[in-house]
Amino acid sequence: MKLLTHNMLTSKCLKGVTVGYPLGIVAKDIKVSEVDFNSEFIARIIPKLDWATLWKAAESIGHVGELPQTLIQDFETNEEFLKKVHHVLLEVEVINGDLLCPESGRKFPINDGIPNMLLNEDEV
Amino acid sequence: MASIQLRKLEEYLQQLDGFEKPKVLLEQYCTSAHIASHMLYCAQVQFNDIEGHTVADLGCGCGILSLGAKILGASHVIGFEIDSDALKIQSQNFSEMELFVEAVQCDILQYLPGRFEKYFDTVIMNPPFGTKHNAGTDIKFLEIATKLASNTVYSLHKTSTRNYVLQKAAQYGAKGKVIAELRYDLPKAYKFHRKTSVDIQVDFIRFELN
Repeated sequence: MKLLTHNMLTSKCLKGVTVGYPLGIVAKDIKVSEVDFNSEFIARIIPKLDWATLWKAAESIGHVGELPQTLIQDFETNEEFLKKVHHVLLEVEVINGDLLCPESGRKFPINDGIPNMLLNEDEV
Repeated sequence: MASIQLRKLEEYLQQLDGFEKPKVLLEQYCTSAHIASHMLYCAQVQFNDIEGHTVADLGCGCGILSLGAKILGASHVIGFEIDSDALKIQSQNFSEMELFVEAVQCDILQYLPGRFEKYFDTVIMNPPFGTKHNAGTDIKFLEIATKLASNTVYSLHKTSTRNYVLQKAAQYGAKGKVIAELRYDLPKAYKFHRKTSVDIQVDFIRFELN
């Protein structure tokens, strides 16, 4: 699970949970690999992100690097900044661990890089 | 333009493993490499809907469409799938290819769209057509796909239900256009299938979001 995907995941589908966002991350294995940089794509994806969630997620797994806590104004034209965002969004990956519902504490396991958001019947 | 040839794409996709024990309830059968490569190639070369785009694959199964989208240069691909066994095969497939596609295990009808609403530029899928125990599943998938996509949805539906599918899509704010009529060779996968394979008429449809 890349942090770009984490940015969209919630536990709102759980019975009794109202927001279910953002999900906490307990990372057991993290893999960092090189991914081709596409500045246009990163600039286009940033407005779709919840920045605070991205920053906090990266920080919580020790990969925030030099990413600023608040989004800068001229991000579209700042290549250096886009590269940092690219790294955090696409190159850092949680292979094994858990996602945590912020309201109920329910764990969603991540195995082989795949978060399991399936619910038991009594949780719906 | 696509970075590789159609023939090459099909060859790549042919190397993937399919379902070991298909499950009737989930209506599991693989999209053939031939159909998958043609769907994706058309989406890229005719409409430029894959390269540099965010792509979702609903009911990704063993991952053939997800992987194909990645090969054609999609920037972020997420496959959504309920079944652990299918995801296991997918992981094996992807580790052999050294190309990375994301997957999320979830019940699509329950979990999506959530915060993924309008996140994807393109949704591509081969939904369960809905037969024995799950009539109308393809329409439910289609409804969710139109919520996830901001531009286009590519999907396969039975030709016999064409008018209904197009009418439903219009209700969801999507204008469907049949790109191709396919003969879908459904191999005998389940015990209750009497013939070794059945050809069904299937439409390949491109839906444009308004």
